[in-house]
Amino acid sequence: MQSYLEFEKPVADLQGKVQELKSLAQSGEAVEIEDEVKRLQDKADEALHEIYGRLTPWQKTQIARHPLRPHFVDYIKNLITDFVPLAGDRKFSEDAAVQTGFGRFDGQPVAIIGQEKGSNTESRLKHNFGSARPEGYRKAVRVMDMADRFDIPVLFFVDTAGAYPGVGAEERGQAEAIARSTEMCLEIGVPSLAIVIGEGGSGGAIAIATANKVVMLEHSIYTVASPEAAASILWRDAAKAQEAANNMKITAQDLKEFGIIDQIIPEPAGGAHRHAPEIMQSTHKVIEDFLAEFEGKGRLEVREHRREKFLAMGSNLT
Amino acid sequence: MNWINSVVRPKIRSFLNKRESPENLWVKCPQSGEMVFYRDLEANQWVVPNSGFHMKIKARDRMKAFLDNGEYTEHEVPDVAHDPLKFRATKKYADQLRDYRAKTDMKDCVLLASGKLIGRDVTVGVQDFDFGGGSLGMAAGATIVKGLEMAVKNKTPFILFTASGGARMQEGMLSLMQMPRTTVAVQRLREAGLPYIVVFTDPTTGGVTASYAMLGDVHIAEPNALIGFAGQRVIEQTIRESLPKGFQRSEYLLEHGMIDMVVHRHNLRSTIGKLVGMFMKSPLNDMELAAPKKKTVRDAIVEAEGAGDDADNAPAENSEDVAPPPVAHAE
Repeated sequence: MQSYLEFEKPVADLQGKVQELKSLAQSGEAVEIEDEVKRLQDKADEALHEIYGRLTPWQKTQIARHPLRPHFVDYIKNLITDFVPLAGDRKFSEDAAVQTGFGRFDGQPVAIIGQEKGSNTESRLKHNFGSARPEGYRKAVRVMDMADRFDIPVLFFVDTAGAYPGVGAEERGQAEAIARSTEMCLEIGVPSLAIVIGEGGSGGAIAIATANKVVMLEHSIYTVASPEAAASILWRDAAKAQEAANNMKITAQDLKEFGIIDQIIPEPAGGAHRHAPEIMQSTHKVIEDFLAEFEGKGRLEVREHRREKFLAMGSNLT
Repeated sequence: MNWINSVVRPKIRSFLNKRESPENLWVKCPQSGEMVFYRDLEANQWVVPNSGFHMKIKARDRMKAFLDNGEYTEHEVPDVAHDPLKFRATKKYADQLRDYRAKTDMKDCVLLASGKLIGRDVTVGVQDFDFGGGSLGMAAGATIVKGLEMAVKNKTPFILFTASGGARMQEGMLSLMQMPRTTVAVQRLREAGLPYIVVFTDPTTGGVTASYAMLGDVHIAEPNALIGFAGQRVIEQTIRESLPKGFQRSEYLLEHGMIDMVVHRHNLRSTIGKLVGMFMKSPLNDMELAAPKKKTVRDAIVEAEGAGDDADNAPAENSEDVAPPPVAHAE
C-alpha cells in the first residue's frame, strides 16, 4: 500500500479513482474501462512528475524523512556482500544508531559506517531513530582507524536528524566524540565516500560526512541544524520550520552549487521510496566510480586531497 | 538614573568618551546579586570581587589582560563571501552583521592577535559572545584557520578562548563546513609539533564545542562556564525531565574528564604561561625567575582549582602576575 505525502494529494486522488475503476471492473459492473484507467493512470503519472519537478526544500525534507525511503540496511543488502558488522566503542557501550562493519563491494573490501533510523517501532527504538550517542562516533573512529591500517576505502551512509541531545550523551562527551570523529575522517590515508541518503543533520552528520567525495541523493537534505531547530533559534518558533527549510539552502542542488557536495544521485519522479531498485543501481555506479577514481593514489595524496578540499570550501563564493 | 548622573558625572565623563557608554554604571552580579561599580569590574578583569563570578569580557579587554604589558598586534579577519544565502529571518542577515559590528567594533566574532605571554611569543584567538552570540560562520572559521596557520609559520603555540552559541544559522551549511575546516588547521598545528591550548569561557556550545574547541592539547575552563553540545532547552524537551544540578558547567566537565582544569581568570596567564614554556622546551626566563618561588603542591592545586582572591582586585602588574596570587582560602 502506497502512502502519500500531503503535497502528493492530486496523485493520491487520481490513483484512488484508478483503484475504484479497477475494482468495479472486477465486480463486473463496468465493462469498457481500460481506456479510462489508462487515461487516469497517465494523468496520475503526469501529476507526480510535475510535483517532483518543482519540489520545495520543505517538501524535500518530508521526502528525505519518508519512512519507506531506503535506509542504511537496504544499501547494505543490495550493494554489499560478505558484510561483517562490528559493534562497540570498546570504552562504554554499543550504539546501534551508527552501524559499522566490513564487506565487499564488487569483490573489493570496503569499510562501512552509516546511520540507521529503523523502519518500525521496535527497530526505531533500537537504533534511537538514527540519533547517535558519543559511543556511535567512537565506534566510527575505531573502524576508520582499522580501515586506515588495513588500507581499505571507507563508505559512509549519512542519515540522521542529528546527534542525540541527552544528559548521558553530554556527560560522556558528545561534542568531543563528534570532534574526534571529524578529525579521524580528515586523518585517514584511505579514500572515503560519504553518501547523504536521507537527512544529513548538523554535527551529527559531519562527523561521518567529511570525505574525499560527498554525494547526496536528489531529495535528501543536508543542514547546519534541522529546520525545526533552526526555526527555534532564528524565529524562536519551531513552527517556522517550513520557512527555515526554504531559506537555508539545504537541498542537493543548492549545496552542489556552493561546492559543498560533489555529485547528486538523481531520484526518479516519486522519490527513492518508490524507486529503490533504480537508486541502488545509481548508487552502485557512484561507488564504482569513486573506487576507480582513487585507485592507486598514495596515502598522503588521498589525505591532502580531502584536507585541501575542505579548506578551500567557500572560497569560490562572493 | 538621574541621581546617579548628578552624583558621579564628573568621574565617569572620561571613560564615557573613550568607550561606548555602559547603560548602567552599577552592574548586578548574576550570582550574588551584589551591585558592583563598573570600573571596579573592569579593573578586576570582569570578575566580581566578592562572589568571584566570571562575567563576560570583551575580546580586546581579554587580550590586554592576558598578554604581557597588555600589548598585542591585531591581525585582520580574512575577507569571506558576504551573506551568500541572502538570508533573512526576523531581520536581514546583512543588517544584523552591521549591528554586531557597530556594537563590538569587530569585523566578526574572533579577534586574532600575536603578542607575548610571560616573555614568549604566542598567537591568540578570542571569540566574543557579544558578536552574534560568538556564532561560527565563514569569517570566524577563516580567522581561526588563519591563526593556526600563523602559529605554524611563526612556530608559536596557539591559544584560543572560546565563546559561542554554535553555528551561524544565517550562513547555513557554509557554517557547518567550518567544523572540518578548522579541524584541518588544528591537525597541521599538531603535525608541526606546536601546542594548542583551549580556554573555554561562558558559554561554549554546539558546533564550536564539537570541533576545534574539543581538539586542544590542554583544555582549561573558566569557573562555571556553560560548556556542551546540545542546548539545555533541547535536552529538557527530549528527556522531559529537569537537568541535574551544575549540568554542563565547567566543574561538571572536569568531573567527567572532558577538561583538564578549571582556572580563575586571574590565573590564566601563569597557568598557560607555564605550559607554554614547557611545551616549547624554553628555559625559565627572567620574568619567571624574578617571580617569588617556594610554592607548595597544595598551593598549585588551590590555584588550579581557581580560588579567586580579594587581594588580586587591582589590575596586576606584569611581574606580579607571573606569580600565583596569594591564596586566601587555604586553611
